[in-house]
Amino acid sequence: MALQILLNFIIAVVWMFLHNEWSFPRFTIGYVIGAAIMGLLSRIWPHDFYLKRAWAVIKLLILFTKELFVSSFVVMGLIIKPKLSIRPGIIALQTELKSDWEITVLSCLICLTPGTLTLDVSRDGRTLYIHAMDINDAELLSQQIKDSFEKAIMEVTR
Amino acid sequence: MNAKVTIEIVVGILIMSGTVMSLLSSLGIIRLPDVYNRAHASTKSATLGILCILLGAFLYFFYTHGVSSIRLLLGIVFVFLTAPVAGHLIIRSAHRSKVALADISVQDDLQDYLDSEKDVESSSTTS
Repeated sequence: MALQILLNFIIAVVWMFLHNEWSFPRFTIGYVIGAAIMGLLSRIWPHDFYLKRAWAVIKLLILFTKELFVSSFVVMGLIIKPKLSIRPGIIALQTELKSDWEITVLSCLICLTPGTLTLDVSRDGRTLYIHAMDINDAELLSQQIKDSFEKAIMEVTR
Repeated sequence: MNAKVTIEIVVGILIMSGTVMSLLSSLGIIRLPDVYNRAHASTKSATLGILCILLGAFLYFFYTHGVSSIRLLLGIVFVFLTAPVAGHLIIRSAHRSKVALADISVQDDLQDYLDSEKDVESSSTTS
């Protein structure tokens, strides 16, 4: 992955050498040409084409922002409701993610989803303990959301 | 309506909504029953409120003075990254120091896990 980005940079620099012109537009053109070449030759690499993964990262960021907005409005709605009708609780969630980095991103995402907050991660890293603000619908709903999060994170990392 | 008025309206909406969100989250800190639910209010709504205020300030200085203050954008990124982690650490240490929950529904999960872990530790030290 890092190797592919480095190679793309080198192609862009070679393009600037060929034109003997050191400017940002020339670099951009060279970078686009390099990306096109590497996209065509992507099957000789052991990993996927790296722009595919960059797109997955952008999708994850968009998801992050969307969830932040939704969760803030849900929490604010619960706060200004005249009668406090919440049933908080702690639920366990099994996760299939393995590396520390993936689990950190997942727990940050959970912290920003509606009515859930990561409380603890078990020592083997297989279970997340989540404090849910409203447990009635949270169990089903959060399961759904976390499935989509896990899938989005897996698209980035493997 | 020229561009400047539009920008001022957008900035006004951003800053007002950020302020209202911060107000609501502080109301939530007063109103919600226990530390865990208060952490919900303080991590989410306060984060979004600060984001809106900083974004409004950035747009204002960008259009009226022509200054693109990267520091404000960096501030947005840092708040975005650190607020959920801070909330997580606070409620984790609260749970470790045995702060009781309000009206509990499924509290058992984590407590069972901690108890079983303690049993393993004590049995391993005695044996």
